[in-house]
Formats: sequence, structure tokens, C-alpha cells
Amino acid sequence: MARFIARRLLQMLPVLFFVTLIIFGLINLIPGDAARLFLGEEATPDAVAALRHELGLDQPLYVQYARWIGRMAHGDFGYSFKDHRPVLETLLQKLPITAELTAGALVIAWAVSIPAGVVAAWRQRTAVDYGASAVALGGLSIPNFWLGIMLIYLFAVHLRWLPASGFVPLSQGVGRNLRALLMPAFNLGIVLAAVVMRQLRSSMVEVMSADFVRTARAKGLGQTVVLVRHALRNAVIPVITVMGLQLGTLLGGAIITETIFAVPGLGQLAVNSIYSRDYPMLEGVVIASAVAILAVNLFVDIVYSLIDPRIKLAGSRS
Amino acid sequence: MSLAVGALPAAAPGRRDRRGALVLARRFARNRLALVGFVVFVVVVLLAILAPWIAPYPPAKADFTSYLQPPGPHHLLGTDELGRDVFSRIIFGARASLEAGLIAVGLGMSAGVPLGLAAGFYGGRLDDVLMRLTDAMLTFPQLVLALAVAAALGPGLGKAMIAIAVVLMPVFMRLMRAQVLSEREREYVDAARAMGAADRRIIWRHLLPNSAAPIVVQGSLNVAGAIITEATLSFLGLGTQPPTPSWGSMLNAAQQYLTQAPWLSIWPGIAIAVTVFAVNVAGDGIREIWDPRTR
Repeated sequence: MARFIARRLLQMLPVLFFVTLIIFGLINLIPGDAARLFLGEEATPDAVAALRHELGLDQPLYVQYARWIGRMAHGDFGYSFKDHRPVLETLLQKLPITAELTAGALVIAWAVSIPAGVVAAWRQRTAVDYGASAVALGGLSIPNFWLGIMLIYLFAVHLRWLPASGFVPLSQGVGRNLRALLMPAFNLGIVLAAVVMRQLRSSMVEVMSADFVRTARAKGLGQTVVLVRHALRNAVIPVITVMGLQLGTLLGGAIITETIFAVPGLGQLAVNSIYSRDYPMLEGVVIASAVAILAVNLFVDIVYSLIDPRIKLAGSRS
Repeated sequence: MSLAVGALPAAAPGRRDRRGALVLARRFARNRLALVGFVVFVVVVLLAILAPWIAPYPPAKADFTSYLQPPGPHHLLGTDELGRDVFSRIIFGARASLEAGLIAVGLGMSAGVPLGLAAGFYGGRLDDVLMRLTDAMLTFPQLVLALAVAAALGPGLGKAMIAIAVVLMPVFMRLMRAQVLSEREREYVDAARAMGAADRRIIWRHLLPNSAAPIVVQGSLNVAGAIITEATLSFLGLGTQPPTPSWGSMLNAAQQYLTQAPWLSIWPGIAIAVTVFAVNVAGDGIREIWDPRTR
């Protein structure tokens, strides 16, 4: 196991190299001078030149890149253009909020997609199946930001059941925290639910025609036992991979959801830093999300091998 | 099964079998939902092209005597905060969405396909570098990458399209590479090579035509995603800029009038959802007729 993890970590290195190269390239695409942006419009040319020198902006690009990597290796992600605080500090402060939102979305996604996927596969080619599949495809066709607006209109403006936006920290009471988070988590979870439901349905359909399912039925086991203990357990494996790969969708979705529902997490931070041209902050969020995804992919690979002993650890996917 | 394979331009590329195309079209038409999706998509395209003749009002014409009017006989879908006709703006907004969807996917395809082809055909170092690059690009959440590229380039519809194309490029690279790897080993390529065909001829006459089907399927499904991404970028203020109407930027402006004028938030969203749903089911239909596994 340790060798497998070490090997996967080594495989991640070239990817990480290109990830940093892409981000570095994007930073350098941005028109305007970082020193000028940091100091503001009123700064004297001398002060700008001095800061340029201090930041190393007068060095060749490859030197800048090497220094930038070196700083990040030491946990220095630079300073915000806006409040001049370390980027890492703000990231760590926002992370738990996005993590809670994402966890809530996952719970909702599982709660919706597993029963729906199982029933659709069980009642294959019936109205229930077509209905569920159409709803899932509809869920994928509705832009997430619009779904959010419609949820706010229905539940906050029209029915007045839930707060329209905002976030209440856990420290101010679990109930209020969950109430504020319910709509955003639902909004974020529903896209994932559609993807997972489609995947689960098709892998359930495949598994249910397998011999061992027929054997289980022939033994006289009940419908529920066959569906859950035999079919679902085997069908869920490809779904886990999809879930892992969908973390990107969740993090991307968090940008939209947090913006619409005014949840002060990493997604809202990303959008706000674009508006205020706070590029070090944006860079920090982008790097953090890429690293999170690499970590989750590794984690999924490990879980995958634990769930399904048929999968050999050494087998590399490419 | 043998009939079905015959419908694909598999072993004898070059001249198109007209009967084969007819079989494909008929099979597509049998999938009712896909057919409906295709028809709806064609209607949206026609609306976009004929917008100046169909729309009852000019899309940017402000009328301060009738702002925030609810839907009614004069304004079918109401008016916005500047008194502009929502129905006309939605018709004109189809242009930005379709342009973004089609052009961004086209750009992503024309960048990704040659690169994937080169990676698969020449292999070696080039393949390694290009594949690690796609790994890296696919590591970013799609929307995060699109947002970062759009932020670096600045606002505008053209730039939003480039941002979307950048996100789609690695998908096409991967797919094309996989296609080339499997096609390259087929007998007809060996035969062509034995007859003295040059790399160029093998690529243009054999590998590209035989990889067209999955690329087109992938592209048609990506159009739906590209339309949503454009709307999202415009909603965040990074895509289409005012006064050009686009569904995403209409929804952005509508947000502050959600209580007063909910119709401003409802109709552009329905326009996006209907268009994307149509593209999705049509794309699914195209995939089904070409993918023997789902038949």
C-alpha cells in the first residue's frame, strides 16, 4: 500500500508542474503591472519600481517562476492586493465554510440519486425509469445559477420559509446554521445528483443482468435484498469514481452557489477577487482547488482498491 | 450487427455511402425525444438568425414610460428596468448563446484534435508532454479554469469563447489520441503503409475520417455545456457585455428586481434550459446511433 501511494505521488509531480505552469502563464497574461496594482493608482513611479525590484518582477520569467514555486513550497502564497493580508490565511479561513457546503451537497446528492438510480434500474423501461431519466437530464440542462435564483424566489420571496441568502456560522447555533445552508447545499447537490443517478442507473442495469443476481433471485431472496445487498453493492463501484471526478463540478458549482446565496466561502472569494482584481487571491483559490482535486483523486484510487479487491494496486490508469 | 457496422464509415473511408447516411438519419428519427430536441434546436437557430425580423421591438430600445411592466398584450414577456422588451431581448440573446456554444466548441475541437492526433501518432516524448498537460488542465474544475482564463483575458463574449475553448481542448485531445491509438493498429493502416502511403496521407485519408464519429458526438454534447458556461460567465459579468442582450447577463441584471419583477428572472432561464435540454437530447440521440454499445 505504501509503495502504491508513493508511486501515485510520484506520478502526480509532472501534473503538478504543468498545473503551476498554467497558473503562472495565466498570471502573466493579465494586463497591467502587479506592483502598480498592489500599490494603487496614486503610487509614485519610484515606489512602483522599488516594489517591482522587491517582488522580482524585473527578473526574467524563469527566475520569477522558480522564486514563485519556492515561496509556495514554504507556504507563502503572497499577499492580497486588497487587504494586504497573507493569501493563505484568508484561504484557510474560508475553507471550512466551503467544506461544510460541499459536504451538505454530497449528502443531498446521495440521498436523491441512490434511491432514484436503483428504482429507475429496477423498473427499467417503464414510465418511472423514463421519468427519472428525463428529470435527471433536465437537472443537467438547467443552469445552476438560475436554479438558485428560482429557489430563492420560491422559498424565500414567495413562501418565506427560508432565508434568501447569507451564512450563519456553526457557533451561532446548529439549527440556524443548517437553515441558512439548506438551500445552497440543495442547489449545489442537485447537479451532482443528476450525474450520479445516471451513472448508477446504467451500472445497476448492467449488474442486474449478471449471473450472481439471477442466482440470488433463484435462491428465493427478497427483491430488496437482491437489489441492495447484491446489485447495489457491485454497481456502486464505478459510481465512486464518478463522485471523485465530480469534485471539480462541486468546487466549480460552489463558485456559483456561494455567489448567489452570499455564502462567504472560497467560491465567493474567487468571484470577488476577480471583481476587485485581487489576482494573488484568485491564484490562491485556483491552486487550492487544483491541489484538492489531485488529493481527492488519489484518495478515490485508494478507496477504490479497498472496496474492490479485484482491482490491483499496481495497475496504473492512463 | 454486421449491418450496423456497415453503416459506419469503418473499413472503407473516403467515399460516403449515401444509403448509410439514410440509415443513420432514420435511426435518429426513431428516437422521438432526440428528434424533438433537434427540431427545437433548429427553431432556436432560426430565431437567432431571423431575430431582427421576428422580434417585435429593437432589443436595446429603452422606454422609460413603461419600465418593469409585467407580461401583457403589448409586451409578451414584460419589460425590464429600462423598459426594454424582454421577449425581443430573449430572441436576440439566442445569438450570443449559440455563437458561444458553437464557436467555442469549434475552437476547442480545432485546437484539441490536431494536438491529440500528433500525440497519438508520433508518441514518445511529445505524447508524454501533451498528456501531462491535459492531465494538468483536467485537474482544474472546468468552471474554475474558465473563470481564471476569462479573468486573465478580461470581459467580452469573444474572450469568454476562448476561455470555454481552453477548457474543452484537453477533452478533444484525449479523445482524438485514444482514437488514433486504436485506429493506428488496424489492418487498413498497415495496408496503406505497405502501399507506400506517407504519414500525411494516412492521417488525412484514414485516421481523421475514421475518428470523426466520436469527435462529433463529443462535440455535440459539449455544445450544451458551452452554452451553460457562457451564460454563467455572462451572469458573473465576464461574458457578453451590455447593451448586447444575452441570457446570462439578463439574469444578472434581473437579480435585484427578483421581488418586484420575477418575470425578468424566469424567462431567460427557461430559454437557456430549453435550448440546453434540446441540445442534450439531440446529442444523446447522435451518440446512440453511432455507439453500438447503447443500441
